[in-house]
Amino acid sequence: MSSPRAHCAGRCAGPGAADVQITVTVNGSAFTGDVEPRLLLIHFLRDHLGLTGSHWGCDTSNCGACVVWLDETPVKSCTVLTAMADGHRVLTVEGLERGGRLDPVQEGFARCHGLQCGFCTPGMMLTARWLLDHNPDPSPDEIREALSGQVCRCTGYENIVRAVRWAAQPQGGDGHGDHRLAPGGSQ
Amino acid sequence: MSATPEQNGAYGPVPRKEDARFVRGRGTFVDDIQLPGMLHGAILRSPLAHARIVAVDTTAAEAHPRVEAVITGQALAELGLAWMPTLSQDTQAVLATDKVRFQGQEVAFVVAQDRYSARDALELIHVEYEPLPVVADAQRALEPGAPVIRDDLPDKTSNHIFDWEAGDKAATDAVFAAADVVVSQDMLYPRSHPAPLETCGMVADSDPVSGRLTLWSTSQAPHAHRTVYALVAGLPEHKIRVVSPDIGGGFGNKAPIYPGYICAIVGSMKTGRPVKWVEDRSENLMSTAFARDYHMHGEIAATADGKVLGLRAQVLADHGAFNATAQPAKFPAGFFHIFTGSYDLRAAHCEVTAVYTNKAPGGVAYSCSFRITEAVYLVERMMDILARELGMDPAELRMRNLLRPEQFPYTCPTGWQYDSGDYPRALALAMEIAGYGELRREQAAKRERGEYMGIGISFFTEGVGAGPRAQMDILGLGMADGASLRVHPTGTAVLGVSCQTQGQGHETTFAQIVANELGISPDDVDVVHGDTDRTPFGLGTYGSRSTPVSGAAAAMAARKVRERARIVAAAMLEASPADLEWADGKWRVRGDPDKAKGIAEIAMAAHSSLELPAGVEGHLDAEVVYNPPNLTFPFGAYICVTDVDAGTGQVSVRRFIAVDDCGVQINPMIVEGQVHRGLADGVGMALMQVIAFDADGNCLCGSFMDYLLPTSVECPSWELGETVTPSPHHPIGAKGIGESATVGSPPAIVNSVMDALAPFGVRHADMPLTPANVWSAIQGRRLRTDLAVT
Repeated sequence: MSSPRAHCAGRCAGPGAADVQITVTVNGSAFTGDVEPRLLLIHFLRDHLGLTGSHWGCDTSNCGACVVWLDETPVKSCTVLTAMADGHRVLTVEGLERGGRLDPVQEGFARCHGLQCGFCTPGMMLTARWLLDHNPDPSPDEIREALSGQVCRCTGYENIVRAVRWAAQPQGGDGHGDHRLAPGGSQ
Repeated sequence: MSATPEQNGAYGPVPRKEDARFVRGRGTFVDDIQLPGMLHGAILRSPLAHARIVAVDTTAAEAHPRVEAVITGQALAELGLAWMPTLSQDTQAVLATDKVRFQGQEVAFVVAQDRYSARDALELIHVEYEPLPVVADAQRALEPGAPVIRDDLPDKTSNHIFDWEAGDKAATDAVFAAADVVVSQDMLYPRSHPAPLETCGMVADSDPVSGRLTLWSTSQAPHAHRTVYALVAGLPEHKIRVVSPDIGGGFGNKAPIYPGYICAIVGSMKTGRPVKWVEDRSENLMSTAFARDYHMHGEIAATADGKVLGLRAQVLADHGAFNATAQPAKFPAGFFHIFTGSYDLRAAHCEVTAVYTNKAPGGVAYSCSFRITEAVYLVERMMDILARELGMDPAELRMRNLLRPEQFPYTCPTGWQYDSGDYPRALALAMEIAGYGELRREQAAKRERGEYMGIGISFFTEGVGAGPRAQMDILGLGMADGASLRVHPTGTAVLGVSCQTQGQGHETTFAQIVANELGISPDDVDVVHGDTDRTPFGLGTYGSRSTPVSGAAAAMAARKVRERARIVAAAMLEASPADLEWADGKWRVRGDPDKAKGIAEIAMAAHSSLELPAGVEGHLDAEVVYNPPNLTFPFGAYICVTDVDAGTGQVSVRRFIAVDDCGVQINPMIVEGQVHRGLADGVGMALMQVIAFDADGNCLCGSFMDYLLPTSVECPSWELGETVTPSPHHPIGAKGIGESATVGSPPAIVNSVMDALAPFGVRHADMPLTPANVWSAIQGRRLRTDLAVT
């Protein structure tokens, strides 16, 4: 992945404001570069770093397709300026898989049909991971409450709740991944 | 054709092939595509709902250092592209030249070096408007003196679009005249919006050297779009490639062709570089295909003891500023005339009048099965209103009037031939799951205590899988779909289909269909879709037509492969093809079943040096086009339990029981997911979602701050049941399921709330049943939910 500085050199002639230099650690890798002060974090991640797993959906922080972690907290990256992430850590869906092993939340979503079009899924999974880190055995109502700031247009939420419940169970971490979920296992 | 397929174990709730990439954030949506040298487009939109364009000054925008091109309506007019045909034989402005006709209409297009600069440059375009009087209320569109919106059309002197009717008026009038009981009700199915989480967009890449035009597009119908681009722009169709990559939800929103797509294409042709255009959420809500907006008057006639005799409806249809509804051409009101629903009645007649208003175009979208949503809502509300009039339980009234299994195939009073069904069984199952009798007792006890609980029922009949080509075409293209199936020497297969998933899991379901027919594993079948260069022609995915049409095509292609394999297998087994039978996934010698060959062995032989018998040229590949002989008719019985706070008007959906019958299920897990989605749609439409306007035509619901979608806390934990009544004419007995729950759930919820409000004498209130709306209804005041509350 190339440095964001190279991408930004020339494209940040925004109206008036001088670029700001930032250092952001994304999924464990540090990026330093100059960005427009107005650049939204979601666009930085997608357009500058090429991390297109996070999606942009609404502009008004209602849908949550853009949820990433800023340090330890899920945020809606369509309403966070990149400059606000300076000196902080960002976790995106691309950082959920560790050492070639899916996070139980990722596997739960696939096993329980917790996704259809896949557009809201990264944001949902990041919030779900945060929930499980803070409440390892959430009730269905607690899962619904945790995800209530996000929108899924496909699943009617039922299977998302099941997916998070699955990830909370002991077998959620047993590493016995479904073979269909292996890399290269599909188109 | 057998109605119930031989099952080789490939059907079942297997996990989806798609998910390996989606859970890793490795899907490829249109906005994820980055091409070298790619530019970014943005659209300037009208702030006014109706205004004459006096002047457009783009000087400052063109001077912006990062702007590559500014395209106006005038510039498009010089190319003959300022207007484009709609899917309803009307025209729609690509970029406005004379007037703007709705708020959010496309006025100019900027191409710049990056996203933000394109947006900046929009601010530099100065448009002088001369405001005109606005028609925001469909009910006033035909008043004398109403401003004429479409003065671009020759001799147009009003906002009238069409009158259309179905059924036997005289017979219906006679039935009504003789009936013991007639009840009528005005009701609005308000304007809604599908709001897929991914908005619409395109990356257009025009190669000036080869003349190739590659379009990565959010399209539910890539092949149809390719043909339309060829026709509209006069481009050679073989030079156009439409690619629909992963699509972030569609629900009908991505069936039409939008001005932004044309602008991206023109932008790329003009600059010689790829141009990406992705609309924002407000653009999506304010300008792309809305749904519904049907102002309906229903009348139902019955005997005093509850035998329904007839149904009438008069509809005023608000089509917005351009008639751009997307449905088979011979059905300007879609399939609304299936409005007799699931009941055995003598006569029915409906009339639909469509009008232009200063609102965004569209109308047929949002999982509506070409307006069966509106039809089912009307009849199911009328059944409840009749039940109350008669003092009958609504379940009992429905049971009394449902079509009986022996009546199938059944031709309804407006001419649809329902293929199969067992309706009483489905309703009985839903009532059993719900514990209907106990719920009624609970309700009675709560009413004694001043608590308002409602129990609502709906029973729906869908008609999906358009359609028989003699009756159904879009822009002259018959509604058939192709499938191509290649079988590699080692016995793995690649299926190409013309339908386009937007999350429905086609890569899995269609692999299962082929695997089941060929006796191989779904893992050994890859499904290719969404690329017009790699798949056969077909009309795409909407109206729940993928499994009914493309699913049938896939099965038929596999059977064709199987028949070719039979000839090769006969040569391998030194038997006559006539002496072979297909059993347990292999061709076997009749009477000696151990002598058998599976597809993998046969495929290798078909590619080998084996001397091939007549009838096989050397491989097993097959291609078919499937012309559906009829629609398939899924159905279901839904029961919704709500609790209403009479002090605030807040409705909560406590339980929702859904029994669906979509015929043979290929992947029950995916079927269940499809039903869940539609039930959430019902909660949204019944309780929250509306695209409303003020008197000046300002869209009041142009963001997710104002257009409220159901979240996990508004949706209950769905309770599902199923019956399986195979379609007798579909190769694998399947029916569509994608829209059933969206069609069936809104009336169940509204019926439930009206049932809760019965003690207040409230008979009807229009969707969405927001707290303010419900509270007003309790106070005896009915709101126009489609207009600003004044």
